[in-house]
Amino acid sequence: MHNAALKKEPYPPGDFGIWIIIYVELITFGLFFIGYAFSRRANLEMFNHSQLMLETTSGFINTLLLVTSSYFVVKAVTSIQNMTDNRREEFNKKASKWLFLAMIFSAGFLVNKIFEFSHMFGEGLTLSTNKFFMFYFMLTGFHFMHVLLGSIILFNIFQKTRIYGYTIEDHKGIVSGAAYWHMVDFLWIILFPLVYIIR
Amino acid sequence: MKYTSQAVAKPYFIFALILLAGEIIFGLLMGIQYIWGDFLFPLIPFNVLRMVHTNLLIVLLLFGFMGATYYLVPEETETELWSPKLAMITFWVFVVAGVLTILGYLFVPYAQLTELTFNNLLPTMGREFLEQPLPTKVGIVLVVLSYLLNVTMTVIKGRKTVITTVLLTGLLGLAVFFLFAFYVPDNLIMDKFFWWFTVHLWVEATWELILGAILAFVLIKVTGVDREHIDKWLYLIIAMTMVSGILGTGHHFFYMGAPEYWLWIGSISSAVEPLPFLLMILFAFTMSRERKIKHDNEMALTWAKGTAVMGFLGAGVWGFFHTLAPVNMYTHGTQLTAAHGHLSFYGAYVMIIFTMISYAMPILRGRPHGNCAKAQKVELVSFWMMNIGMLGLTLALSAAGVVQIMDQRVGTHLIGFMESQESINGIYMVRAAFGVLVFTGLLTYFYSFFVKEPAKA
Repeated sequence: MHNAALKKEPYPPGDFGIWIIIYVELITFGLFFIGYAFSRRANLEMFNHSQLMLETTSGFINTLLLVTSSYFVVKAVTSIQNMTDNRREEFNKKASKWLFLAMIFSAGFLVNKIFEFSHMFGEGLTLSTNKFFMFYFMLTGFHFMHVLLGSIILFNIFQKTRIYGYTIEDHKGIVSGAAYWHMVDFLWIILFPLVYIIR
Repeated sequence: MKYTSQAVAKPYFIFALILLAGEIIFGLLMGIQYIWGDFLFPLIPFNVLRMVHTNLLIVLLLFGFMGATYYLVPEETETELWSPKLAMITFWVFVVAGVLTILGYLFVPYAQLTELTFNNLLPTMGREFLEQPLPTKVGIVLVVLSYLLNVTMTVIKGRKTVITTVLLTGLLGLAVFFLFAFYVPDNLIMDKFFWWFTVHLWVEATWELILGAILAFVLIKVTGVDREHIDKWLYLIIAMTMVSGILGTGHHFFYMGAPEYWLWIGSISSAVEPLPFLLMILFAFTMSRERKIKHDNEMALTWAKGTAVMGFLGAGVWGFFHTLAPVNMYTHGTQLTAAHGHLSFYGAYVMIIFTMISYAMPILRGRPHGNCAKAQKVELVSFWMMNIGMLGLTLALSAAGVVQIMDQRVGTHLIGFMESQESINGIYMVRAAFGVLVFTGLLTYFYSFFVKEPAKA
């Protein structure tokens, strides 16, 4: 076993700053989820009826894309964490390949979501259609922006792996980026069943 | 003082303090009018006093920000200011324009002022906080542009730091968002949107960047903590400010004819708005704990910590009280709003200017280690007088707000505005008394400038 593996990983992993941001994001989305739940209870029929107009298959494809991209990010992080001192370039290269795949999948999510949004707008549905669609557009819209920001973060850490910038001692950046990406993924895992499926 | 051009900050600081005294005096006069409605009638009516009070606040903060910038930018960029002469010309232009505007408010009826100042060419007057006549508004744009040019050119030729980047972003936002003051749509709802794009995006977004940058600068100077460490905090605070602050504009769009989704966006985003202020407290106190040097100017650090705490209370806590749409439905436009307005402007913005003045002014006056112990003691007394005064004033206004809500908004036995005001009269007296305490505190603060330095052995 490599020495680094024996070393206790700091908790929470990555920069503490990113965790403050993650907590704030979770609180914000949490408030929206609670708001959704209460509004749904008060307008059950309308919510159930409106929900039928959503494209569940597109949502499901996006779930698979996001979860898979998260898996690739995990592979990238473990590549860096398992690095041996004399093979820095090789492990950074490995991580950059995984990150590239993760970015392709995140782009897939964004493109699919844009199609979904344009289809909805084409049907004449907007934030003001009813309370269900207000929540649908707000939640998925905010989440979309988070995927976009997450993709920019992934691109930045990808760039750093391309210059072999991570070492076994200093790889806080990739761990922090991965933590943010998992949050984006985690939020979708709650959002998808809540808005698309649960009736 | 490391760079001679930093000296241009001095007149800006002095004039900001003079305007602050004026602002408080007009506030006190209004406090008395709340108790005796016909006080000063018909000489200066309430609406004129209010306009002078709020306009002085905005102008004093602009002077304060400019002074702070002119002091910190040469030190951050490690080069002299691009044009100290331009900074001085800007100062005098702004002074003359500011004084003339206030005199105009006081001595010319507002309707006549609109006619005299070409409001018919481009109507921009009459909106709360943005009452300035057209020539003054154009003057503000020119002053801000020349200031921005001066600072940008200095930053371009010197060292780039996170503090200057954040500061410049804030200043650019300040300039850009003021332009919405020139656009007054006929549709009242659209008018409110654009009005808030200036007012809200100033105080709850771009000005917070300026505040963060000044706070970070003073903390580096008085604690000696590594810049990298401070920068990280600054980034975090700024990121959170921008995300919550921009969407938080939505809390102004409640029940005014804007779509319903603003109730949700506004409520939830602005519920997050106190967090960057909470981070500022953690920032100031952590840096103070981890300090590597003990600066002789202890008051500067006291003000810095005070800014973080009072900013959090005023902007964060008092803002949160009435930021959720279902609560705001009852509290809107009551004295609770005034309570929040007073403590947030004082806590976040007036205090950051005190912080900067407290740090920079002794250096500008040839005292690199800060004022003597006695002067600092007087300053500390003034610090507590003003803070206790402002807290007392805020609590009194909050109580007045609650009574107003009970009188006029909740239940079935509602009473009229004037009747309700009469029932609050006693609380208004308490408020005025705390106002006097704030003003006495300010005079004590002024006195601290004149405490004689002990003769050198």
